[in-house]
Amino acid sequence: MSVKVALGHRYRDFVLDVRFHIERPGITALFGPSGAGKTTIINAIAGVVTPNAGRVVVNDRVLLDVQAGVDVPPRYRRVGYVFQDSRLFPNMTVRNNLRFGWRRAKQQVSESEVERVIVMLGLERLLSRKPATLSGGEKSRVALGRALLASPEILLLDEPLAALDAARKGEILPYLERLRDEARLPMLYVSHSLDEVSRLADDIIVLRAGKVARQGTVFDVLSDLGLPDFTGSPPYGAVLDVEVQEHRARDGLSLLSFDGGQILVPLMQSPIGTRLRVRVRAEDVMIAREAPQAISANNVLPAVIDGLQETAPLHSDVRLKCGPTALVARITRASSERLALKRGDSVYAIVKSVTVGPPNIASEH
Amino acid sequence: MPALTAPEWEALLLSLKVSAVAVSCALPFALLAAALLANRGFFGKPLVDGILHMPLVLPPVVIGYLLLLVLGTRAPVGGWLLQHLGIRFVFSWTGAALASGLITFPFQVRAIRSAIEATGGGLSIAAEGLGAGPLDRFINLTVPLALPGIVAGAITAFAASLGEFGAIITFVSNIPGETRTLPLAIYSALQTPGGEAEAARLSALSLALALLGLVLAEFADRRARTIVPR
Repeated sequence: MSVKVALGHRYRDFVLDVRFHIERPGITALFGPSGAGKTTIINAIAGVVTPNAGRVVVNDRVLLDVQAGVDVPPRYRRVGYVFQDSRLFPNMTVRNNLRFGWRRAKQQVSESEVERVIVMLGLERLLSRKPATLSGGEKSRVALGRALLASPEILLLDEPLAALDAARKGEILPYLERLRDEARLPMLYVSHSLDEVSRLADDIIVLRAGKVARQGTVFDVLSDLGLPDFTGSPPYGAVLDVEVQEHRARDGLSLLSFDGGQILVPLMQSPIGTRLRVRVRAEDVMIAREAPQAISANNVLPAVIDGLQETAPLHSDVRLKCGPTALVARITRASSERLALKRGDSVYAIVKSVTVGPPNIASEH
Repeated sequence: MPALTAPEWEALLLSLKVSAVAVSCALPFALLAAALLANRGFFGKPLVDGILHMPLVLPPVVIGYLLLLVLGTRAPVGGWLLQHLGIRFVFSWTGAALASGLITFPFQVRAIRSAIEATGGGLSIAAEGLGAGPLDRFINLTVPLALPGIVAGAITAFAASLGEFGAIITFVSNIPGETRTLPLAIYSALQTPGGEAEAARLSALSLALALLGLVLAEFADRRARTIVPR
């Protein structure tokens, strides 16, 4: 499984010059502000636009090679595209929308696979409806199913949540997470929302002004001290890949374990053994030289300082490692100087339980 | 209202026949022309656009005359058709249908074109990515989505065709039972002493038909707007 993309495109003042590889199934977020070139990239992969220069290779099949004059028409590319505005065919039922690409696919998935996708996306009861009668979230799910059933080799998602209100986002997120966890194909997920990316992406490509600024796993990129320079704004914070270990209903706490430690958070509903993600915002992490006694915070995590960076206006961002897992703390420059923090120091990261939770997408904007 | 006389009935039925044939024969060509014009530009598009719209601005008499020049029995094309295929348009109701179809062609093209344009290119791009070729998209997406526009265009063209006078009388003359449609019958009645009552009856009939056609076309147009979300 591999996707190789190299694109050069110029449109008025905007210059796109990117190069990246995707080597595994799952969600790779194309993350960046509006105008960073995200949509141009996926449009070039889909064949909706032809860039001035570049090459797109999916699983050793050359879809585009401008120099060699290769430009496979969109209908032969086997690239699934989930548009922001769904673009369901209004004259067809949900069933016929779902089967539109499936019927035309050269390598058709089996009927049982069609059923599996319908169940995975919770579309069983919508099949005879027309798109006009669906809610925004339902439309997105149908669009997702329609793209998947055309047996694509890569799936492109153009801000599928951006047009939805908070409640609808919450409705479709579990489906996207399931899609990611069951993923058998690479997905490029365009987003300008750090919360969405934190919750959904396996890997992140950070775009800035038409260039790749950072690329890596979600855990690495979100704890990268350079990230605020690229995103320009909070919320900034590390994401932890955790497993639900224990519920302490009487204390109102749940114990989550991660590679390198454990963390207590407010009581969760998820069953024991569930894998999920929690975000620890940089502003919510304190650093202590010595393990504090008698402190209200539930989490005092031994950590090693992995890096420091001064951030405007007078802050200092500190990258901490608890085993292999990274955290970031944003403290004042004064505190950093008072504690004389430097790389390699052993310290304690103090995290209040009440500040930790899943990346909260539904409450955004 | 007194009952229609036999020649009046004849004129009415002939009008309906001529218009029905005119509109249905022109429809496939209108669909193609509309699809061509609705898509992105090509070299010479303004010229094609202009030619297709000519019948709207040209005096119908001129159209009739041009048809005579091309399709008259001694004209190059008309002579050939008569000699080899036995087809004669002049002095025949088929000629009336041809003239009507030509004159009302722009009504159909315009209605279908705006219906296609209203569906936007987005759906077509989505369909292409799902493996649909151009003909596939035209049949399964463009035509169904433009259907209300197609119906509206056909109804408008039909109603306009019922009123065609100048091109018909110039091209195929005014022969009772063959080319004397409603407007020609009204004209003939007015030329006959004492024919005012007949002219009034036929005019009232024309008015009612035109009104009905426009109401139906408006209804179809509304439907177009509700089916195709913007």
